[in-house]
Amino acid sequence: MIHTIAFYIFAAMVIASGALVITARNPVHSVLWLILAFFNAAGLMVLVGAEFIAMLLVIVYVGAVAVLFLFVVMMLEIDFAEMRAGFVKYFPLGVLLALILVSEMILGIGAYSAGSMHLGTADGVGTPLMGESNIRSIGALLYGRYLFLFESAGLVLLVAMVGAIVLTHRERGTVRGHQNINKQVRRRPGDATVNTRPEVGKGIEL
Amino acid sequence: MELKQSLGLIAPEILLSIASLVLLLVSAWAGDKASRAISVVACFVLGACFFIVAPTVCAGVAGPDVVAFNGLFTADAFSGFAKLLIFAATGAALVMAPKFFERTNSMMPEFPVLILLAALGMCLMVSATDLMTLYIGLELNSLASYVLAAFLRNDERSAEAGIKYFVLGALASGILLFGMSLTYGFTGSTDFGTVRAALTGDMSTGAMFAVVFVLAGLAFKISAVPFHMWTPDVYEGSPTPVTAFFATAPKVAAVSLLMRVSLDAFGMQADAWRQIVLFVALASIVVGALGAIGQSNIKRLMAFSSINNVGFILIGLVTGTVQGASAMLVYLAIYIAMTAGSFLAIIMMKDEAGAPVEKISDIAGLSRTKPALALCLAMMMFSLAGIPPLFGFWGKFVVFQAAVEANLVALAAIGIAASVIGAFYYLKIVKVMYFDEPADVVKGQSDWAHWALLIISTAFISPLGYLLTTWLGGIADKAAATLFLVAA
Repeated sequence: MIHTIAFYIFAAMVIASGALVITARNPVHSVLWLILAFFNAAGLMVLVGAEFIAMLLVIVYVGAVAVLFLFVVMMLEIDFAEMRAGFVKYFPLGVLLALILVSEMILGIGAYSAGSMHLGTADGVGTPLMGESNIRSIGALLYGRYLFLFESAGLVLLVAMVGAIVLTHRERGTVRGHQNINKQVRRRPGDATVNTRPEVGKGIEL
Repeated sequence: MELKQSLGLIAPEILLSIASLVLLLVSAWAGDKASRAISVVACFVLGACFFIVAPTVCAGVAGPDVVAFNGLFTADAFSGFAKLLIFAATGAALVMAPKFFERTNSMMPEFPVLILLAALGMCLMVSATDLMTLYIGLELNSLASYVLAAFLRNDERSAEAGIKYFVLGALASGILLFGMSLTYGFTGSTDFGTVRAALTGDMSTGAMFAVVFVLAGLAFKISAVPFHMWTPDVYEGSPTPVTAFFATAPKVAAVSLLMRVSLDAFGMQADAWRQIVLFVALASIVVGALGAIGQSNIKRLMAFSSINNVGFILIGLVTGTVQGASAMLVYLAIYIAMTAGSFLAIIMMKDEAGAPVEKISDIAGLSRTKPALALCLAMMMFSLAGIPPLFGFWGKFVVFQAAVEANLVALAAIGIAASVIGAFYYLKIVKVMYFDEPADVVKGQSDWAHWALLIISTAFISPLGYLLTTWLGGIADKAAATLFLVAA
């Protein structure tokens, strides 16, 4: 019973906040509604027993993606009124695309349920451990059988990070007026003064 | 125990990753002035990896004993052969780089680190026996390559090359990944052996799509026609040592990967992919030969030359025989020497201020101002054109021989006809250097290390190279045989 109630609450909230994301006038509000939608979707995932995906939704989508959106919305000056201006003009095209997508989905799912697609049978490597949560099953695969790939993927991320720094990091010159006491103390009179005997009629070279 | 064995099999990869991590830390603290020292250390690391891998290639190891991590990775002689070529080509790129970047003060210690990580990615590619290893290796190599292409960040052309390579590379990765997910969907596994077993008999349309998408994604990586559009722009814009790297090592890795995927994973469906590879091979040969004719920039010309050569290499794959695979490996070894040598000669062509000379008209009359350099470049060009006394001829010969023995006489005939067209633009460079009035632009002096490498590669492609044919052929035969042994 409580299960059913929870499902309807989460589902209704996802749809409502999803609708508010596209109707809210203020883009910051849109992002906040989006975060609420993610949280409720995570709740739905918990209900179907996919805790891992629920955690991913909260950590990755709320923690990283939505905050990134928020940064972009607040830092870039985007004129949303102007972006909405063509809404009526492009509405038929949008509806057409949506209709094509829906019919494709119906065709695909229909073909699949009619049994005309011969998919392969899974090799069983990813079968969940008996009586364990799916987080533990995924962990056992990730840090056991696929440890090698996990570590290699870490190197891919390292390359991405090094690459971003190499291409964008610029050495900043010392701040103007910054006093380098070490340099001042090290300086000897000989470094700063020179005795010259310039010839008459010629300038001195320093 | 099993983990220990697996770790032993990936010793060169472990060495490469630890070395790159340590060198990354060193570069973080020591700064730009350590670039040269880090490059030297990186060269030694590659040399060490070379000597770790070499015995396994000579022994021709294969079979379940060299499979690591539950079938994700294999260290057989085939992958070993490819790794030796990759290490050699990567080392050549490292030797070329410092002098080139130091002139504009743009050498950074991350360069050798990224090159090492790219080499690591390529090792994963050639050793992959699982679609996931394949993809991670490919991405490791590609990501490092995008950064390397844009390494001269104050140069507009370099930045443009980086962006173009990145956008099109991401698209190709998407296509490849889509093909891989279809493969998994229709076979139920990502392991090459299981995929092979699942794809016997009549293939469904969906699985056919999977094969096509995977091959298209890989064709992009070896810049085969019709996925070659990015090559001239990226090769022209990238810093020359990076272009030399792109034209050699990743080609070896991607071609070996393509061989393993088509002969092993899709091995039971040879009829399905053979016509695709056949078209790609012929189109690459023809487009590579015709496209190069009007070029005035020598790096662009080398880009078309690499497209053309990939076509010749793929002829070996069309045969689908052990002999064809062995011919591909021999061709790759010779191709690496020729291309690395040509790019060395290009790097050594500098004007008075030390700025690189890239226009073909500027090297006119080089034989009178710099006879040694002109002679080396001329030999490279003759060899790339496949003119008999030089070693480049041998590569083309073994490939066409394999094609004729697999009853593909028509294919061999078209290939030979197209290589005559290709000879035109290679010989044009020789003509410009030897018979035109000196333009007197190339004046700069070169490093001893560049000269040493150039002389080694010239000696390799000179008629002296024929002393190696038996030995090289023997090793390539063994390596190619292991590929078919795993598949059987």
